[in-house]
Amino acid sequence: MLKVANLSLAYGDAQALDDVSFEVAEGEIVALVGANGAGKSSLIRAIAGMERPAAGTITYRGTEITGWPSHKVCEIGIGQVAEGRQVFPSLTVLENLELGAMLRRARAGEARNLDRVYTLFPRLAERRGQAAGTLSGGEQQMLAIGRCLMGEPELIMFDEPSLGLAPTIVQEVLKTIRQLNADGLSVVLVEQNVALSLKIAGHGYVLENGRMAMTGSGADLLNDDRVRQAYLGL
Amino acid sequence: MIRNLATELSTRDAVAATTLVLLLVAAPFVVGDYLLSVILIILYFAYVGQAWNLMMGIAGQLSLGHALYVGLGAYTAAALFVHFDVPPAIGLFAAMAVAALAGAVIGFLAFRFGISGVYFALLTIAFAEFTRILFSHFDWVGATSGFFLPVENRTSSDLVNLRGTSVMFYYVILTLAAGALVFVRLLAGTRLGYYWRAIREDQIAAQALGINVFRYKMLAVVISAAMTAVGGVFLAFYYNNLFPTDVFGIHRSIEIIVAPIIGGLGTYFGPVVGAFLIGILGEGLTNATEAAGIQTAGIKQLVYGVILLLIIKLVPGGLWPLIARRLGFSIKERRK
Repeated sequence: MLKVANLSLAYGDAQALDDVSFEVAEGEIVALVGANGAGKSSLIRAIAGMERPAAGTITYRGTEITGWPSHKVCEIGIGQVAEGRQVFPSLTVLENLELGAMLRRARAGEARNLDRVYTLFPRLAERRGQAAGTLSGGEQQMLAIGRCLMGEPELIMFDEPSLGLAPTIVQEVLKTIRQLNADGLSVVLVEQNVALSLKIAGHGYVLENGRMAMTGSGADLLNDDRVRQAYLGL
Repeated sequence: MIRNLATELSTRDAVAATTLVLLLVAAPFVVGDYLLSVILIILYFAYVGQAWNLMMGIAGQLSLGHALYVGLGAYTAAALFVHFDVPPAIGLFAAMAVAALAGAVIGFLAFRFGISGVYFALLTIAFAEFTRILFSHFDWVGATSGFFLPVENRTSSDLVNLRGTSVMFYYVILTLAAGALVFVRLLAGTRLGYYWRAIREDQIAAQALGINVFRYKMLAVVISAAMTAVGGVFLAFYYNNLFPTDVFGIHRSIEIIVAPIIGGLGTYFGPVVGAFLIGILGEGLTNATEAAGIQTAGIKQLVYGVILLLIIKLVPGGLWPLIARRLGFSIKERRK
């Protein structure tokens, strides 16, 4: 479904990604794990069209989308839940959701998608008229996910969805991601929480200093000694 | 998402708005020439403040060089009128086009190369400043010695040529100020308005949602610039003289932004309230100091500065949300 081949990205002199390749199959959850600054967010941003790669190709369902601007990438069906729950604080919950549905691909299905989001997150329905900035951290993350769903993506990239959330809320968010995946969405999950993300992922990739260091099934990586030592502290 | 303007306003709002409009329409029959000229300038600041507010208050792009668009509009329409006998009713469109083009150039340079926030504001100042220097050496429009429109003391009004009595100018600017208020309010309720607010709140999130941030920021600058240029055309034909330092100076840009900040950024009625407050204070101060026989170059600016500081410190949301709540008006304000 999504194929990234030999991707390189640099910010000035700093090499963020170096010859990175990975793949997401239809209906799969792929986890990208690695330490802070390993290049996970850079990779997401490059796919989303928010950074221009220096080399390499990104292909989505046979279409090469390397260097496409972000609005075109969204329009083709790749959604993104950015790091840090970036909701629009002074807009209401409903307005935030409506903004997610402004893509051409999603305009016709707006009412249906809103129903779906409200069913998935009843809290958002209760608070639809409230300014998004007044929601709790967990609710804001739900809103960010809901807003992304309003754009009818087929693939969602989650950037650190557990960041700054209480453990019980993290569980809830991961449960939601699994449920969305079960409903047919393909998922790229970027996480610092290595154990949790590898547990729900079909495939995992480990990024180290901008390079792909290891790859394998989620279960294999979880049992790998290097991963256990470097990321799980076991 | 596009809500009907009328359904949003309560009867209380409607009564208040109608009363205000009636008062302003009736003003020329009630007040003297001097007071009328004061209200006229207040309405001018309400108009350009509204144009600036569209870009800053709604789309979140800080411009500290809006005098550029006032000046370009003023000089374009005035030069077309003096040199080619083109009436301002037509020159107006050229003025808007020139200002919009200038806005597009600034926007393109800034947004294409990721210049934002304070750096964008600095860029807008730079453009206004070097345009001031350019016009100071532009002999075709009088350079530093000024550019003058033929003054006619007329008792009849000619809207096409913008020649007429001060009452005509008053009604022109009243129409512009009211029109701008309605225009900005309606625009804010459209898809475009929602994009702007999203960009204002969080540009990265807006981009991640698939909003073409570059295009909509450009649109905000271009529309704001064109609106501001109309204010410039008005100014040129009202005062009949233009000097580069006076038109493009940084103090002119600052004057434009004081009213919307005092009244309430991103509110629709804020620029009007702010303009009335600083207009009345400014005039009162000038009269008071004159009566006291004090030389007062710069005291107005000093007072503006103090008011701005107080507002930002005490009511950062501006006065209008505060007043509106007190008086029980419904308001779509910018929530923090």
